[in-house]
Amino acid sequence: MTTQTATGLPSRKLAMWTFIGSECILFGSLIITYLVYRGRSVVGPYPDELLNIPFITVTTFVLLMSSLMMVLALAAVQHGDLKWAKVWLLLTAAFGVIFLAGQAYEFTHFYHEGLGLSTNLFGGSFFLLTGFHGAHVAVGVIWLMSLFGMAVGGRLTSADAETVEVAGLYWHFVDVVWIVLFTVIYLLV
Amino acid sequence: MEELATGTSQESKHPSNRVYIGIAAILAVITAIEVMVFYVDALRPAIVPILLVLSATKFALVVMFFMHLRFDSRVFSAVFLGPLLVIVALITAMLALYGVFTGNPA
Repeated sequence: MTTQTATGLPSRKLAMWTFIGSECILFGSLIITYLVYRGRSVVGPYPDELLNIPFITVTTFVLLMSSLMMVLALAAVQHGDLKWAKVWLLLTAAFGVIFLAGQAYEFTHFYHEGLGLSTNLFGGSFFLLTGFHGAHVAVGVIWLMSLFGMAVGGRLTSADAETVEVAGLYWHFVDVVWIVLFTVIYLLV
Repeated sequence: MEELATGTSQESKHPSNRVYIGIAAILAVITAIEVMVFYVDALRPAIVPILLVLSATKFALVVMFFMHLRFDSRVFSAVFLGPLLVIVALITAMLALYGVFTGNPA
């Protein structure tokens, strides 16, 4: 399953790392926008009136632990333990869904508090940045569920470890982006 | 921290499950410290550098151990760290340009 490149490295892993490198630029650009607009809203609601640190800490913890589930899924596939691979893949996806549900609740709450995409600079940059991240999490959940479906159908074996590893790289990147966003948006208010 | 899984292929370079669980525990503890720092008024003057260091530590742990960058080819590190360093430099430059560090909005 591993296709070597001229570098002698697996092509899919090299492609995923290249993609992740480009994603750093995308999220970095959105973070610049958020930070430059930070504190410049002339009408409310303002971040310190809305952001719920205890709630977001719980969803952050859930996403961090989903990364643990992901590496355990990869280790299980590598060792040919497909029963546990299915369990960890499903748990990773489930934790992703919990995170998304938390984000949906947060967005809805903010909207009811009067914050829309065009309400002020905070609203526009916040929804753009966290919305992009949430979309990435959603894609990751779909990807994980497709791997889980392959495993259930008997089409995922230890020979497909690289397939799971590439999906894992994407999922962990989504996690590290949130590590930065948690600090930038919620803790540095 | 150096404990590695037994195996014969490329995967043998990856850490064991015990290491993964240990890293996850460290990530959870650092997150708890971050939130604690947020609520301690005495740390307010130094909150930015403290949180940036803690966040960077979590970032590095996930990339090195969960994404296996520490154990994989340096080509992957170059492909990832190149754009990362560019965007960190760009963020710093843009924040300086817009007076975020000095408190004087441009």
